[in-house]
Amino acid sequence: MSDKPAHNVAFVRETTLPPSPPPVAETGAIKWMRENLFSSAFNSIMTILGVLAVYQILSLALPWLLNGVWNASSIRDCREILDGATGGCFAVLTERWHQLVFGRYPQDSYWRPTLAFLLMFAAFAPVLFSNLPKKMLIFTGLYPFIAYYLVWGGSVLVPILSLVGFAVGYVVYTRLVDRSFATGFFGGVAAAIAVWYIGGFIINEDSTFLALEQVESRDIGGFMLNLILGVVCLSVSLPLGIVLALGRQSRMPIIKWICVVFIEFIRGVPLITLLFVANVVLAYFLPPGTNFDLILRVMIMITMFAAAYIAEVIRGGLAALPRGQYEAGDSLGLDYSQSMRLIILPQALKISIPGIVNVAVGLFKDTTLVSVISMFDLVGMVRGPILASTDWNGVYWELFGFAALLFFVFCYGISQYSQWLERQLQTDHR
Amino acid sequence: MTTLTDPPQESFRLSMLLNDTRYRSYTFQFIALICLVGFIGWLVSNAAQNLEDLGQDISYQFLGESSGYDINQRPIAYDSQSTHMRAAIVGVLNTLIVAVLGCVTATILGVVAGVLRLSNNWIVSKLMAVYVEAFRNVPVLIWILIIFFIMTASLPGPSAFRGDDPSASMVLDAFAFTNRGVYVPKPLWLDGSMIVVITFLLSIVAMFAYRRYATKLLFDTGRLLPMFWPSVGILFLPTLIMFFLLGRPIGLEYPELRGFNFQGGIQVRGSLIALWFALAIYTGAFIAENVRAGIQAISKGQTEAAASLGLRPNRIMNLVILPQALRVIIPPLISQYLNLTKNSSLAIAVGYMDVTGTLGGITLNQTGRAIEAILLLMLFYLTISLAISAVMNVYNNAVKLKER
Repeated sequence: MSDKPAHNVAFVRETTLPPSPPPVAETGAIKWMRENLFSSAFNSIMTILGVLAVYQILSLALPWLLNGVWNASSIRDCREILDGATGGCFAVLTERWHQLVFGRYPQDSYWRPTLAFLLMFAAFAPVLFSNLPKKMLIFTGLYPFIAYYLVWGGSVLVPILSLVGFAVGYVVYTRLVDRSFATGFFGGVAAAIAVWYIGGFIINEDSTFLALEQVESRDIGGFMLNLILGVVCLSVSLPLGIVLALGRQSRMPIIKWICVVFIEFIRGVPLITLLFVANVVLAYFLPPGTNFDLILRVMIMITMFAAAYIAEVIRGGLAALPRGQYEAGDSLGLDYSQSMRLIILPQALKISIPGIVNVAVGLFKDTTLVSVISMFDLVGMVRGPILASTDWNGVYWELFGFAALLFFVFCYGISQYSQWLERQLQTDHR
Repeated sequence: MTTLTDPPQESFRLSMLLNDTRYRSYTFQFIALICLVGFIGWLVSNAAQNLEDLGQDISYQFLGESSGYDINQRPIAYDSQSTHMRAAIVGVLNTLIVAVLGCVTATILGVVAGVLRLSNNWIVSKLMAVYVEAFRNVPVLIWILIIFFIMTASLPGPSAFRGDDPSASMVLDAFAFTNRGVYVPKPLWLDGSMIVVITFLLSIVAMFAYRRYATKLLFDTGRLLPMFWPSVGILFLPTLIMFFLLGRPIGLEYPELRGFNFQGGIQVRGSLIALWFALAIYTGAFIAENVRAGIQAISKGQTEAAASLGLRPNRIMNLVILPQALRVIIPPLISQYLNLTKNSSLAIAVGYMDVTGTLGGITLNQTGRAIEAILLLMLFYLTISLAISAVMNVYNNAVKLKER
């Protein structure tokens, strides 16, 4: 057959054909739809149901959103303007935004918490993004004092003195830490307490030096209160949680059991009962005559709550490290605090980041519970002064929708950041 | 050559308490213990002093006194003459009711959403992602309040069901959605109903016996008996036959509009529904993530290996993927149940009388026994959590990968 001369063949193509385009059903949008929406009968039904659900939701929500009233003085005005049409009464947000965001904070001082809020980003930036200059960490250290001064006001001497106390404590710590960690730590604490004790007399002498108008804690409310509670409690509970986690891993039985009992007790009861303790019980256990802010008592309780959860997350991280890391630290001749600070904790904390962020988001959401013990945070403001007022009685969706949106933006942002950080810290090769 | 010998035994010196690692841990523990005892002593002495100043004492006498308040949802007999103790028990039962309802609903929602989020249908998986993110990132208290306001403010009052041309009507003539709660039919247990119930319980046992037998036959001889339809048959047929043989001993009492309100049936209050649904949807979003993570944790090689052994997709899921995924899913699932139970204490925000509302709310306010009431409340939640963690530990030990 193959011997046959070529000229006997009727037709031979001498050039290659250009590739023809794929069938219409296998390209572009149609292919995508066939694969992702209509790959089987069941899938097609699901798609149709999904589209119907989206349509239902949008047909309810869109007119309500687009037709909303932004300018009115009460819900009756809103209804008059709408005249029977569907539409949200967003005027409540424009009229009461100051209550929702700042609570009863004095109106002419709104710049103070706003400035503190903006500075917070500058303070957190070097902690959150490691490629920023390390010098910025100095500002992070100063930030708590600045923020306290801005939000609560009062004499500038109070934050300055407490800062001086910390600074003196730190200097003493660096001097003594060469001898041993414990000496340095307790020496630093003692020095700081001495400075604060002496400083107390100075503040009593002159309490109006460069004073901003003092704001009572009970006037702090709205979303600001949620933010303050969340940020303060989380920052304090992180070191506390590390200490508890290390204590739980300790080989000393008494210390271990103190930590275990504390963690399991706190994790076993709902936050509400702890807030009740802050509200009605804590005063019994303090020396007669002491009376400090409800906001501070609540902060103590939420901090303990968060610390117990963070301790469990970090314990998971510590347990996930191979034993060899601990042994490596020992064989380098490092003592306990050195091997923890330099070898174990950096790795364990890295593993624990997703868990810590989960706790952070949960904690931030849980700050709304303070509305149950009649503090006026965002939810408390909505339920209390706004819905109870005759002007806005009945505007539920707009107010709760706004609250939900605010929390969503913050919590979603935090969780997106943690996913980004996990990718950044991924040092293993893949 | 020098020979190594043990250093001469040192006698004990006081400085060794700090510098010798053998003794240092004792020093630290001793200091910690002293601090702890001192701290507790300080708290207790403060409390004693404060109580004395206020003329109070610690006593649980109030539990035996008459409570004087009413509870709108009573699983057991209770009126305002009953004791505070009984009010607390009613609260505990109400907590357990909402916790069980919530856990069951949350599991169903979570498993469905978690599986659908992995679906290759784009629109369905995106919808589920929106559901999960929307509910995970908003406080559960806000959801409870939103659903509560839908239940109390958006639904019609019972009067809307009245008249010749009512603006609202009952669903299927059996369910009435009003702003006073949802009315559902109530089962009536007539003579002989116990026999039907016992038949049903026996058929559950029979179903498991059949499945066991079928599996054993499969392992011993390789013969595959049908599983699904016989199971359904064994479960329901005897009960249905018994039900009709005995002349329908279990009836339904439908709610009816009489006067200003619905009578008959079971009234499910708006507060219970708000709490139940909000907790279920919120926890369901977390469970969906756990389920998704559990299924994704099983490597694709397992599916491929099962497929190359000739298993069909159904069996791959049932015999290969699920048993392995459950090992990953169940521990976080149980801790979600625990969270739901603890979150049910938010009942106090919508006036559902759970144990926080009775013991930690009205009883506390009426008697002023803050320390005692809160202590009991914490003890209750602590007992539940420790019990659930004990169950979880037993389970974890049972399913732990047994490696040598």
